[in-house]
Amino acid sequence: MDAIQKTLLEQVAGLHEVPEGAYSIRVNGQLYGKNDSVNISIVKKEDKPGIDIYVKAGTKNESLHIPVILSQSGLKELVYNDFHIGEDCDVTIVAGCGIHNGGSEASEHSGIHAFYLAKNAKVKYVEKHYGEGDGNGKNVMNPTTVAVLAENSYLEMETAQIKGVDSTRRKTEAKLADGATLIVREKIMTHGEQFAETDFTVDLDGEDCGAHLVSRSVAKDNSRQTFLSRVRGNNRCSGHTECDAIIMDGAQVTALPQIEANHVDASLIHEAAIGKIAGEQLIKLMTLGLSEKEDEEQIINGFLK
Amino acid sequence: MLEFKNVSYQTEDGKEILRDVSLVIDDRFVAVTGPNGSGKSTMAKLIAGIYMPTSGQILLDGEDITSLSISERANRGVSFAFQQPVRFKGITVKDLISIASGKKISVSEACRYLSEVGLCAKDYINREVDGSLSGGELKRIEIAMINARGTKLSVFDEPEAGIDLWSFNNLIQVFRAMHERTHGTILIISHQERILDIADKIIVIAGGTVAAYGTKSEILPELLNAQAGCRFTKEVRD
Repeated sequence: MDAIQKTLLEQVAGLHEVPEGAYSIRVNGQLYGKNDSVNISIVKKEDKPGIDIYVKAGTKNESLHIPVILSQSGLKELVYNDFHIGEDCDVTIVAGCGIHNGGSEASEHSGIHAFYLAKNAKVKYVEKHYGEGDGNGKNVMNPTTVAVLAENSYLEMETAQIKGVDSTRRKTEAKLADGATLIVREKIMTHGEQFAETDFTVDLDGEDCGAHLVSRSVAKDNSRQTFLSRVRGNNRCSGHTECDAIIMDGAQVTALPQIEANHVDASLIHEAAIGKIAGEQLIKLMTLGLSEKEDEEQIINGFLK
Repeated sequence: MLEFKNVSYQTEDGKEILRDVSLVIDDRFVAVTGPNGSGKSTMAKLIAGIYMPTSGQILLDGEDITSLSISERANRGVSFAFQQPVRFKGITVKDLISIASGKKISVSEACRYLSEVGLCAKDYINREVDGSLSGGELKRIEIAMINARGTKLSVFDEPEAGIDLWSFNNLIQVFRAMHERTHGTILIISHQERILDIADKIIVIAGGTVAAYGTKSEILPELLNAQAGCRFTKEVRD
């Protein structure tokens, strides 16, 4: 792996070297390396690009890393990764995609991740997207996540796209059975001419299931963001969707939260707020000795922390 | 030492808030009082650089700081505690105290500043300074930030506003301790007799001018006796 690829790996997965335990690292459209553990097996798909991941029932406190690195300009790929999580598991999955585009053609990675959580399974999924490069080629990422949560399972997703991704359409669809919980925390920062769209559809099908979706974003320069969120309460359930955006410069932000109750005991809330950094916040930090530019950095870093 | 030389301030729509104010503040603990709308908060904001005077000069230790920005004044030793503390999503109490002290601080240092204002540090240090904190808690954190800065001039705009009676007793203790410890000047805008009572000097602002300026024994009896409107404010009205 060369220096650029190592940097990308560190950015998206926090890894300096090959991780311990189960992993699958994909570099420039090829499988770079993979490792199974006793409880987690990774099987390459035969019919299309991607992998099937099987986590044995009862696996606790294990982690799985599946970063993707693209450093070859103009590469376009579509990858299917399916996660089959057994009953009573408690695992952490770290995914992420880093693109370095030094050329003039667009590089594109679209990952379709499907999670199948069996009863009582618990998964924490962390995903980071990062782009860089000195060429004119665009860095494009269009991740799709499908989550099917069985009874009393729990999925917590933390996704972050902080820098360098020119265009992204992020689609998340989830279906929850009785007692299941879905928590999504999304952080996005766009700058330049970038575009980012988030599109959630959550079906709260089971009794006493619940979803909590929180998106915090910062739109700088002339970038554009769209936040779409549909939460459907089809049973006695609770759902909450929230979009909180800081808008700067000539950016545009659209938030369209939608809640739909199809059951009398569905309790659904949506919140959306868009605004520039409050003047009094800037003034307060200036009275502590920071310059206006340092103020903005502090406020944005805190907001997206 | 802080000096106002013929300072006037008008709002954009031409309303005169302060009129030709000249005074020198060089005591350790000075309270500014006066009726609502008399120009006290404006005076504090002029010192911090949030407002710029329409005319006149402001000097800090002899240096003309009139044209300096908020940050430049802060870096020259001016601290300002807001009447309505500002909330920040995602920024923690420890972050703000670190920014205030100008360096990364250890947990034990942060704890010291928080205990000085009567907050149990471990409950607060990692809390976000957002809507989850009460008004009284925010006020104390605001004061802890000023202590962490430790500058030569600290200006407090009505620190007692929004604080319940129980907390207020503790607040007096906090200011007493600050009075003993400070190597600079503490300037407090307040309506509270008990805060005025610990001041070395009291400034009475009324109708945009200095109606009186003197020691507590000169000013306080007059202020307290004249419930129906004290002599200083009457003089200005007349």
